[in-house]
Amino acid sequence: MRLGIDVGGTNTDAVLVAGRTVVASAKRPTTADVSGGIVAATREVLAAAGEKAPVIDCVMIGTTHFANAFVERKGLLEVAILRLAGASGESLPPMSGWPDDVKRSIGARSFQLPGGYEFDGRENTAFDERAVRIAARQIRRDRVDAVAISCVFAPINRSMEERAARIVAEEAPGVAVTISSAMGRIGFLERENATIMNAALARIGSHVIESFTAAFAAMGIHAPLYVSQNDGTLISADYAARFPVLTFGSGPTNSMRGAAFLTGLQDAIVMDVGGTTTDVGALVHGFPRESSIAADVGGVRTNFRMPDILSIGLGGGTRIRLDRSARTLRAGPDSVGYKLSEEALIFGGSTLTASDIAVKAGHASFGDPSRVQDLEPWVIQEALAQFRRTFEDAIDRVKTANADVPVVLVGGGHVLVEQHLAGASEVVRPEHAAVANAVGAAIAQVGGEIDRIVNYEKPGRAAILQSIEKEVTARAIAAGADPSTVRLVEVEEVFLSYLPGNTAQVRAKAVGDLASVSCAR
Amino acid sequence: MRPVKARSKTSPMRLDRQDVADVARGCAFLGSGGGGDPHSAVLELDAMLANGDTIELIDAAALDDRTFLAGCGWIGAPTVSLEKLPTGREALQGLRKLEEITGRRVDAVFPVEVGGSNGLAALVLALRSGLPVVDCDGMGRAFPESQMVIFNVRGQSASPAILTDDKGTCVVVHTDDNVAEERLARAVAVTLGGNCHLIEYSAEGRQIKRNALHGTISDALAIGRGLRTARERHDDPFTGLFEALRGCQQFSHAGILFEGKIVDLQRETRKGFSVGRAVIDGFSAGGRLEIVFKNENLLASRDGIALAMVPDIITILDRETAETIVTERLKYGQRVKVVGACAPAPLRTPEALAVLGPAAFGFDDPYRPIESLNGWIV
Repeated sequence: MRLGIDVGGTNTDAVLVAGRTVVASAKRPTTADVSGGIVAATREVLAAAGEKAPVIDCVMIGTTHFANAFVERKGLLEVAILRLAGASGESLPPMSGWPDDVKRSIGARSFQLPGGYEFDGRENTAFDERAVRIAARQIRRDRVDAVAISCVFAPINRSMEERAARIVAEEAPGVAVTISSAMGRIGFLERENATIMNAALARIGSHVIESFTAAFAAMGIHAPLYVSQNDGTLISADYAARFPVLTFGSGPTNSMRGAAFLTGLQDAIVMDVGGTTTDVGALVHGFPRESSIAADVGGVRTNFRMPDILSIGLGGGTRIRLDRSARTLRAGPDSVGYKLSEEALIFGGSTLTASDIAVKAGHASFGDPSRVQDLEPWVIQEALAQFRRTFEDAIDRVKTANADVPVVLVGGGHVLVEQHLAGASEVVRPEHAAVANAVGAAIAQVGGEIDRIVNYEKPGRAAILQSIEKEVTARAIAAGADPSTVRLVEVEEVFLSYLPGNTAQVRAKAVGDLASVSCAR
Repeated sequence: MRPVKARSKTSPMRLDRQDVADVARGCAFLGSGGGGDPHSAVLELDAMLANGDTIELIDAAALDDRTFLAGCGWIGAPTVSLEKLPTGREALQGLRKLEEITGRRVDAVFPVEVGGSNGLAALVLALRSGLPVVDCDGMGRAFPESQMVIFNVRGQSASPAILTDDKGTCVVVHTDDNVAEERLARAVAVTLGGNCHLIEYSAEGRQIKRNALHGTISDALAIGRGLRTARERHDDPFTGLFEALRGCQQFSHAGILFEGKIVDLQRETRKGFSVGRAVIDGFSAGGRLEIVFKNENLLASRDGIALAMVPDIITILDRETAETIVTERLKYGQRVKVVGACAPAPLRTPEALAVLGPAAFGFDDPYRPIESLNGWIV
């Protein structure tokens, strides 16, 4: 049986999944130390499963912890940046365009060193071992904790980055090193940005993963631990400890994958109605549609592939302001957020919130309904009409085609949404919808990815694509996939514009079920 | 800084950080789906302008006949430029070489191609050299080959063409044949790693004043500003775009050609260039738009009937944000609006169309202006 955990900003959810069945679920508040909430939610879900006394085969965790740490600038290490680029990029030093506060906390110590490749694989400038060694010694003298290494065209050839990493390890043992080729993707600045962010998170990454491991060990659970990454596939906990940035976008991805699993729908709109906002995205063939716009995390531009999510300012905690004389009201955009359980009328507070409206309308039964007894009917009518217009507008904006589509509601705020919406062929509220994120983590697969510039002249397009497919499949297997289940989910080929000849950028991705047999079933 | 021998009736316009970001947004739109992403040039400029510096933009009509002006831009693959960033010395090295070859001091610089990232190349060189930028260009958009430019149509020579790279390499091409210049320069760019700075079509004030497309940088500025301010007002960015386009010197006819979702994308290489076809299914209005692209969007037809053709501008934008989506970034499922705008009038003469019209791209259809294809003329 799989244990799926979602550590959110407010709640930590846990689910037990056997095959295609959600056996039990639990929800507990997230704790400051993270592991406390995980332990509580795990204990509760195991108790809920009762006599079935599940044997846990593997644990999958989705967490926004690392992304939040970066956004809040918490516990970031000072980073030194080694650029293997010859003279290329001297006009754009590392951290160009970063907000000043994060530059200050990370420091902007950088070394522009010989090295790098051309698009066709030639060396831009030769690797200079001595120059790297001198820089590494400087890094040790300055007691910098982490190093980011970025080499021009590293996605084509990672060997210079690996050589530099070995030299840094020799000269400055104990320093956390991140190389850009582990971040994938062509696009030097964005890849370098991700590398620097990752290096800055190195300590948090290992601490948090260690505390996860310790928490499960204390409960007697020794199953392999996985963490979900941006595209919804899993990485091992050890890998996540080294590459925390790969988990940045996992939240919305897990919720959408969970919605697909819980409903069996492959093409639908998913609305995750939370306390402050509602995230709306489109499922295409069971996966979230990806955004075509560069993802900005904490003010830093990255080229992570994130799901294309429309975030609207309406959730369970949204504040409703009344103008009784004009008989009008305004919903949001602000929210009482996590203080819902203190400030909403139904919980004894003094703020009229969207949840109060839902309770008075009879769509939900929590809190104390007597406290909203006196709300006038026009308020309810008008508020519900505004909610509906907002949700319908979001559906229309996210829809990929003209026809009506199924709409899946997940998240605790789903009570704000009425059963009939324009643009929706049906509105589905699956069982366990409140823990869709954890379900998405529990059912995740593992994968591998390649992004490369290739010349088709020799030995020809077919042979080159075949070898890339083989390599990406091998990467998925190396990541822990069962070879018999690995399939190519994407091969994207874009010829280089404005350049004669048969040169193309090829991106390929393969995914498969976890090799551990009991997990896969 | 030396005084510029340009006399303008009005005080010169100066571009600050905000303006540069607006120009970039406008250049991306004018790229007609090509020309590369101006993002890294914006970062470079933004850092240089952070201390409050500004770039002087001078009116092409006010140019003194005897000034000497350098045309600049980059040649190669935008995908390569995303990975191999400039050193910041390429352009200035080329400029100095031009001065050395001609024995003349350069008085101002101008972009050969305003569309895409090349629209910003002249701004970068202006800051690095301390020279002003002439408010003009030779394409009014992006084109795949360097002879597809009004300067060539009007008989101006591209030579000396000066290519410089990140390693300090400098290659000078001299030829009377502007098509040969394009072939040689592109071959050099590939050999030097797929992306080089290129100085070409440098000329005197009297020639640029007569030959160039005037006002295209301030048009790009207006377009980018229109998009930004509409977003800041939480208005529909497309409203801002069209308001700006209506006020442009060169692009006054414009409108939405289609709105829908990309349902098919095919890409292939033909004669060494990437060509493709995007099919967009309509939302409410129904129907189907097909766009043929070769680096840029070249031809848009709805249910088999042409709505716009090169050199008129065809740009695919994100339906929500009005961000330009270049042809390399097109993806299945994207929800888009396709916007068309007329090309500057000098590009629509028979002589210009022979060099950069539908026939130059192998289309059989004779050129028809976008405003008559869409009934935009009252």
